[in-house]
Amino acid sequence: MADLTKEQLLEMYRQMVLIRRFEERCEELYAQRKIGGVYLHLYNGQEGTGVGSMFALKPSDHVITAYRDHGIGIAKGADVNRLMAEMFGKRTGVSGGKGGSMHLADRSVNFWGGYAIVGGHLPLAAGIALKSKYNDDKEVVLSFIGDGATNNGYFHESLNLSAVWDLPVVWLIENNLYGMGTPVEVSTGQPELHKRAIAYGIKDFGRVDGMDPLAVYAVAKEAVAYAREHGPALIESITYRYKGHGVSDRLYQRREQEMALYKARDPLTVMEDHLKQLDPGVESALAAIDAAARETVEAAIRYAEESPDPTYDDLINHIYA
Amino acid sequence: MPEMTLIDALREGMDEELARDPRVFITGEDVGKRGGVFRATMGLFEKYGEGRLVDSPLAELSIVAIGIGAALAGLRPICEIQFADFIHPAFNQIVNEAAKFYYRSAGQWNVPMVIRAPYGGGIGGGLYHSQSVEAFFCHVPGLKVVIPSTPADAKGLLKSAVRDPNPVLIFEPKKGYRSIKGDVPTGEYTTPIGPARIAREGSDLSVYAYGMMVHYCEKAAEQVAREDGIQCEVIDLRTLLPVDKETILQSFKKTGKALIVYEDNLTLGYGSEVSAILSDEGFNYMDAPIKRLAGADVPAVPFSHPLQEAFMINPEKIAHAIRELAAY
Repeated sequence: MADLTKEQLLEMYRQMVLIRRFEERCEELYAQRKIGGVYLHLYNGQEGTGVGSMFALKPSDHVITAYRDHGIGIAKGADVNRLMAEMFGKRTGVSGGKGGSMHLADRSVNFWGGYAIVGGHLPLAAGIALKSKYNDDKEVVLSFIGDGATNNGYFHESLNLSAVWDLPVVWLIENNLYGMGTPVEVSTGQPELHKRAIAYGIKDFGRVDGMDPLAVYAVAKEAVAYAREHGPALIESITYRYKGHGVSDRLYQRREQEMALYKARDPLTVMEDHLKQLDPGVESALAAIDAAARETVEAAIRYAEESPDPTYDDLINHIYA
Repeated sequence: MPEMTLIDALREGMDEELARDPRVFITGEDVGKRGGVFRATMGLFEKYGEGRLVDSPLAELSIVAIGIGAALAGLRPICEIQFADFIHPAFNQIVNEAAKFYYRSAGQWNVPMVIRAPYGGGIGGGLYHSQSVEAFFCHVPGLKVVIPSTPADAKGLLKSAVRDPNPVLIFEPKKGYRSIKGDVPTGEYTTPIGPARIAREGSDLSVYAYGMMVHYCEKAAEQVAREDGIQCEVIDLRTLLPVDKETILQSFKKTGKALIVYEDNLTLGYGSEVSAILSDEGFNYMDAPIKRLAGADVPAVPFSHPLQEAFMINPEKIAHAIRELAAY
């Protein structure tokens, strides 16, 4: 059960349930056209990786990710009301309605945001880590990387740079097996993605079962400690997304058998099992957590619905500081 | 006031900013011990050490992007791209991240960084060491773009750029790095980003230019004044983004004739925007067609000397264009 208290384990569970309920409602709201736009990339199924790894961080550490960013923002502690308001494109959203689903960010909790240009955030992660090294403030940057991003130039340049400059960054590859619809084996000469670390002289923390938040936490804790003291580390988490690449992608429905295998090991269920093993009487606590998560999400939806739209002034502000 | 070359003035500006603010650091290819490909940072490594003069891998997108990340996190990077021609791998980072960050985060983060790149032709640099790239970036709100033509402005604008809370690109006329000399004020000063400079006063026609072309325009203006009695007002635009419309229009109001000179390709080059401003907002002052004199619309500056010279704008071509316009 790693080194976590029951309270911490329940907190981990709370975050995962909150993400799941948030995503479920986002999908419905998108179908109802309350959430607009042409993009919505859901995190269902990958909660164990995000929550497990971020549990190894201090609040002063930094997190940056790609476009599948709702769950990452929630786990880093961004305000759920303002995250939902951003989905709605409201003025009160974390990005003032300018960003939407893929471009959440909340500086107050060191959540550096989601990025729509695949791999484009990786050198930024290195830059943020450079500041930590420059000031010797021992802050770690946890950079999530989709499996698809490991084949573009950003990945290569950023990993090399982090190695030669000994930057305190943990590269966490969320391998959900598909880059949009293309299987990793089809796009990647070496599908065991963690092995890339060796080529760059980066400490390889291997593959971890991303459906088990405690397994992810255990390896992330080691990797974060390593990065804080020595330099870059790399983890590959094998995970699975239950939804399409985006809401308009229905291809995933063809993968029923494969999905059933992963859903049988759903990170929420895995976490429930861990907790029940620790305390057979925990079930009522879990139900209460779920009920509270649902209420948090409904309250966030109300907040978003009642929030004002941005105005023309918002269109033309925040161009120059 | 001591006389200095353009590159020495830039170096002095960086030196002073490194001394003033411990958050300032310089990164790029060979900027450390070697002092940079053009020796812009020569001697700074010895003075400030490897923590602040950081040799980067040969990877332009990373040079820029690490600067963006560091700037977001609170440092003040100066990123050197060896030649403006090599900036294209970093285009995405400049346009998609640096320019948009303040906007997309609704003011949570700004990007106080400087990107320096030598630009321009006429040095035998051929296809990939001669380009003018400023127009690409002047199309992107969120960025600032400056091009100094004098040592005093090079130093002053660089110091302003380092202190600016926004991403600033400085394109430096490399042909003039050592050939352009000028007085540089002693003591602390900055040149504000924004205002253009009247390099030469005149009443017959307005000549707009930046970078190396300012010197060629001044030379041509002297020649036509001497030989033809034509008095040109030469405007050194200095800051291309944001553009100083007021100075541009003030001069046009006086002269009613405009020649815009730039060494980038003619079509949709920076002068096209100056022309649009003049016709939109200066129509009532107009006495002649607005003329642009610029590089030919060819994909690159070719290597062969006669071809390069055919491409490049020079004082003779400018004098010819001035005479034609004055006679209109």
